[in-house]
Amino acid sequence: MTRKSSEDRFMSETAIDRVAQATPPRVARRIRGLPDRAIAWIFIAPTIFLLLAVNIFPLVWTIRLSFTDYRVNRPNNEVEWIGLRNYERILTDSDIWKTMQATAHFLFWTIAIQVLIGFTLAWLINKKFRGSNFWTTVIVLPMMLSPAVVGNFWTFLYQPQIGLFNTVVGFFTGADPASFSMIGDVNLAPWSIVIVDTWMWTPFVMLICLAGLRSIPESIYEAAECDRASKWRQFWTITVPLVLPFLMLAVLFRGIENFKMFDLVVQLTGGGPGNTTTLTSIDLKREAFERWRTGFASAYAIILFVTVFGLASIYVKALNKVKER
Amino acid sequence: MSSYSITAPTTAQKWGAGILVVLYAVITILPLLWIVTTGFKSQNDAIAYPPSVLFEPTLEGYVNLFTTQTRISDEELAENPPETWYDEIAADRGMSIVGPSRFGGRFLNSVIIGFGSTFLSVFLGTLAAYAFSRYKVPLKDDLLFFILSTRMMPPIAVAIPIFLMFRSLGLSDTHLGMILLYTAVNLSLSVWLLKGFIDEIPREYEEAALIDGYTRFQAFVKVVLPQAATGIASTAIFCLIFAWNEYAFAVLLTSGNAQTAPPFIPTIIGVTGQDWPAVAAGATIFLVPVMVFTILLRKHLLRGITFGAVRK
Repeated sequence: MTRKSSEDRFMSETAIDRVAQATPPRVARRIRGLPDRAIAWIFIAPTIFLLLAVNIFPLVWTIRLSFTDYRVNRPNNEVEWIGLRNYERILTDSDIWKTMQATAHFLFWTIAIQVLIGFTLAWLINKKFRGSNFWTTVIVLPMMLSPAVVGNFWTFLYQPQIGLFNTVVGFFTGADPASFSMIGDVNLAPWSIVIVDTWMWTPFVMLICLAGLRSIPESIYEAAECDRASKWRQFWTITVPLVLPFLMLAVLFRGIENFKMFDLVVQLTGGGPGNTTTLTSIDLKREAFERWRTGFASAYAIILFVTVFGLASIYVKALNKVKER
Repeated sequence: MSSYSITAPTTAQKWGAGILVVLYAVITILPLLWIVTTGFKSQNDAIAYPPSVLFEPTLEGYVNLFTTQTRISDEELAENPPETWYDEIAADRGMSIVGPSRFGGRFLNSVIIGFGSTFLSVFLGTLAAYAFSRYKVPLKDDLLFFILSTRMMPPIAVAIPIFLMFRSLGLSDTHLGMILLYTAVNLSLSVWLLKGFIDEIPREYEEAALIDGYTRFQAFVKVVLPQAATGIASTAIFCLIFAWNEYAFAVLLTSGNAQTAPPFIPTIIGVTGQDWPAVAAGATIFLVPVMVFTILLRKHLLRGITFGAVRK
């Protein structure tokens, strides 16, 4: 059947509907029903079209711009095709390597700490004490909130002297709450963003680990118990390997999300002091929308996208191998 | 508990685990409680040292959030005594209310763009998910992966051409532009989640309907949609929360007309530096609906945040 005739049928459906009421159902279905393939494409097409328009078309455009010296704020300048020079400049720029380093630091520590605390919490919650569901819900709350709004408020909590964070830390360590500034100090600022990200996203790792722990059948532990395996041994030979695929999935999600990290950190530290918390997304935003080096920023964007896509693909392969085991 | 289990945790273990988890929960909830309480503090209480836990609640922050004010002298105040309770709150600080602030409009923008994009992405997502779930689509796995991969792009990376595209189409700083953009961003989530939900509905229901003389389309509307209602509702809430919280596109592509609340709240500035009670009041109004939704969603939460990869 050609596409045109199926469209015709679709258009004149109401007229046929009226006739169909007098027709036996079996015949009516043959007349009114669109072929399956047509329905499938009519249902999928709008989604694909919108994604092409808002994601793929801009991506192709970005690739094209990345070979030029175009600047949005100077539309009258002649645009010159400069080949790979933007890429070359980015990869040899020591400042950009520093932002990559800051991003790597942020990624490593947020994921390490969140995995550790998230898994421990899940393991504790899985002891099914009374009220565990209620407290799980409480712990999950920060995760769904707006990172920009929350990040902005954390600057208040981090204020020296009057900030809640400094007061609490001062109370437990004896340090003077006015003596340190989490977001003003070059050494502390990278940790200030790690702390807030951990506060927001540990519940995410926790929920996934909890699902993993709950998927382990009780009978495995019962068998191990009959074999007199110690609790320690049970933990390392049953619990950990069976939760690992879940944990790896959590790390994948956190990795991709934190590689893109923008809103929370922009509001919290704005990339400062100096460039100590300038993650790649923040640096990219400055190049594209403050210095208006559009071509340069486009090349930067492509490098980031290829990095995250490449790392994620390699990781997914590893994840599938662990799952198969 | 009728039978004795050799693997169940002992009472002591339960108590130990319970205490540690409650301790973590209390620490985690503290910043949120601080946001809510700061909204009811006066300026002085908000920046008191040591931080004040007990204070006299006031609606000053909320009044400052919703109004613009100007300083007036005592004589002027004597001539125009405050008429309403909110005029009185402003007058206590030597201020007079001259009009509403921009917060109401920004909040309304968040509502319009949030609900508009949620409706569109769930509508389109349901159609696509049904087709992916029930029909043989060529290159199905590739298409599904393509849909998911659109979520991996850093928003800033596609923002440059979208900025240019919106400028030439006249979509910059418009509700329509932001609705379309958020719809596209949310489609990956809604297609993947809804496909999972529809996969769980037995095909036999539709087949029975087809034998009864329903067309494929009628079977979809009258049999599948009601069955998928819970899934569609929770997908909608996830899309709404995303659009509600989104910041990067909003701050780059909107400036006034279509600006949502997240880029606006941090810019609330009082007469002397940042007006923290007003910021906290705005944050409270903005965050509390999401907290309520999170509690309502708790059964589907895991599924939503992992794009349907983990179903419990």
